[in-house]
Amino acid sequence: MSILLIAEHDNSTLNPATLSAVTAASQLGGDISILVAGSGCQSVADEAAQVMGISKVLLADNACYEKGLAENLSVLIVELAADYNHIIAAASSTIKDTMPRVAALLDVGQLSEIVAVESADTFKRPIYAGNAIATVQSLDTVKVITVRASAFEKAKAEGGNANTEVVDVVFDIGGSRFVSEELVKSGRPELTAASTVISGGRGLGSAENFSLLEKVADKLGAAVGASRAAVDAGFVSNDLQVGQTGKIVAPELYIAVGISGAIQHLAGMKESKVIVAINKDGEAPIFQVADYGLVGDLFEVLPELETKL
Amino acid sequence: MKIIVSVKRVIDYNVKVRVKSDNSDVDLSNVKMALNPFCEIAVEEAIRLKEAGIASEIVVVSIGPNAVQEQLRTAMALGADRAIHIETDSQPEPLNVAKLLAKVMEVEAPELVILGKQSIDSDNNQVGQMLAALTRRPQGTFASKVTVEGGDVLVTREVDGGLRTLSLTLPAIVTTDLRLNEPRYAKLPDIMKAKRKPLEVKTPADFGVEFKQHISQLKVETPAQRQAGIKLDSVDALIDKLKNEAKVI
Repeated sequence: MSILLIAEHDNSTLNPATLSAVTAASQLGGDISILVAGSGCQSVADEAAQVMGISKVLLADNACYEKGLAENLSVLIVELAADYNHIIAAASSTIKDTMPRVAALLDVGQLSEIVAVESADTFKRPIYAGNAIATVQSLDTVKVITVRASAFEKAKAEGGNANTEVVDVVFDIGGSRFVSEELVKSGRPELTAASTVISGGRGLGSAENFSLLEKVADKLGAAVGASRAAVDAGFVSNDLQVGQTGKIVAPELYIAVGISGAIQHLAGMKESKVIVAINKDGEAPIFQVADYGLVGDLFEVLPELETKL
Repeated sequence: MKIIVSVKRVIDYNVKVRVKSDNSDVDLSNVKMALNPFCEIAVEEAIRLKEAGIASEIVVVSIGPNAVQEQLRTAMALGADRAIHIETDSQPEPLNVAKLLAKVMEVEAPELVILGKQSIDSDNNQVGQMLAALTRRPQGTFASKVTVEGGDVLVTREVDGGLRTLSLTLPAIVTTDLRLNEPRYAKLPDIMKAKRKPLEVKTPADFGVEFKQHISQLKVETPAQRQAGIKLDSVDALIDKLKNEAKVI
């Protein structure tokens, strides 16, 4: 048994989600090779070689892999696939873009966003936005898998000592060209990667009042989220929406402020480790999933939290 | 130019999902069904391209039992010109869906195919990418902005931590994310008119596609339910619990 794991990185450092995928891969049993495909990404390969549980680093360093274009990356992975039983990676946006192409080119199915490894061919994955958990078995000889990083502990980033092999094949497929990117330079962590998330709902009342929430977020080093109701009311833009049709988050701590707890919203956050609900309506459904509830006026609670944290 | 939009009939996003007591699947009997939200956004984007004079025809495609014609009619009420229903009682896996759509692309020769990034039932997020791979065409997934410029389409994509813009040579495959647009509602006269728009019924065999099983669903369970916790009476008590009991701050 051998496993090909695809590293997630920005050409300078290894994304920690990769470490969660390493844990999932190690539960399959077998040698793990990690592919670092990028441009000027030697430092990522060096980092990957240190990760516990990795037997080999494959380094494909070429300008055509710099931006992780799915067209090029998928063909590279397929080229390497012949030696492996499993192709696995954390479900980052690059991987979600690329992996189904790999599966289609190999004429196999893909298991998306697994949350548990039952055996080398059987996995659990959430369906219906996590409202049901399916146990699924792959019938293909090569298993193409993406991993929900929040469901697996991170493997140790140090202690390993893998050799690096250079992969000298260049696939510049064409048809797709990188134009520009705009990465959010917020001081706050990214919503789906944050260990603490504080979200506001319709109860906030206005866009201006979200600043009360942001002050608490900054005290906690938290990301800011919102319910669909707050987005629909125009308080915040919909990239902050947590819910079935928005972002699915599973932080260590989730604080829901002025959110009633519609099914739509719960689907996006109920895997959080600890949930706090702050709402003036003690009967709000959000309290049924909250570990800690505080019935009160958020306009008093938020400033008090900000001062006392 | 011609645009193909592929749509899926799914459980309405406001309906609470229940697992069958024998754990074989989710119970879909007598629940409200609707157009998958991301597919609605795909239809809307195609209509906007037509209103802008860029698209000349919108063909909407759905795969499934007879009931999917309801969603095809909805898409036509919104503005699609005609529909293709590929009839099957099975729930084909993403790769099989992509193979069928690849055949539809061969026949229809569209310049652009727009799909939802994922359906809110199986949450696979695969079909658009698989279709692009099978047809060897470029893809712009998770789109928040689509601009056609001559023989190219500029697609701004939602990626981890921000936005990334790609230029794709047409024909191309685009999958929609939430921020792309806000879908309109169908007006009653348009719903009536949609009943007279052409709807062609085909079978997978008509396209020479035989479904192959790649993944077997062994069991479906309700996730571990959260228990309601405790109610606290002050901010101080909350901070104390988070620090000393949950140890999360």
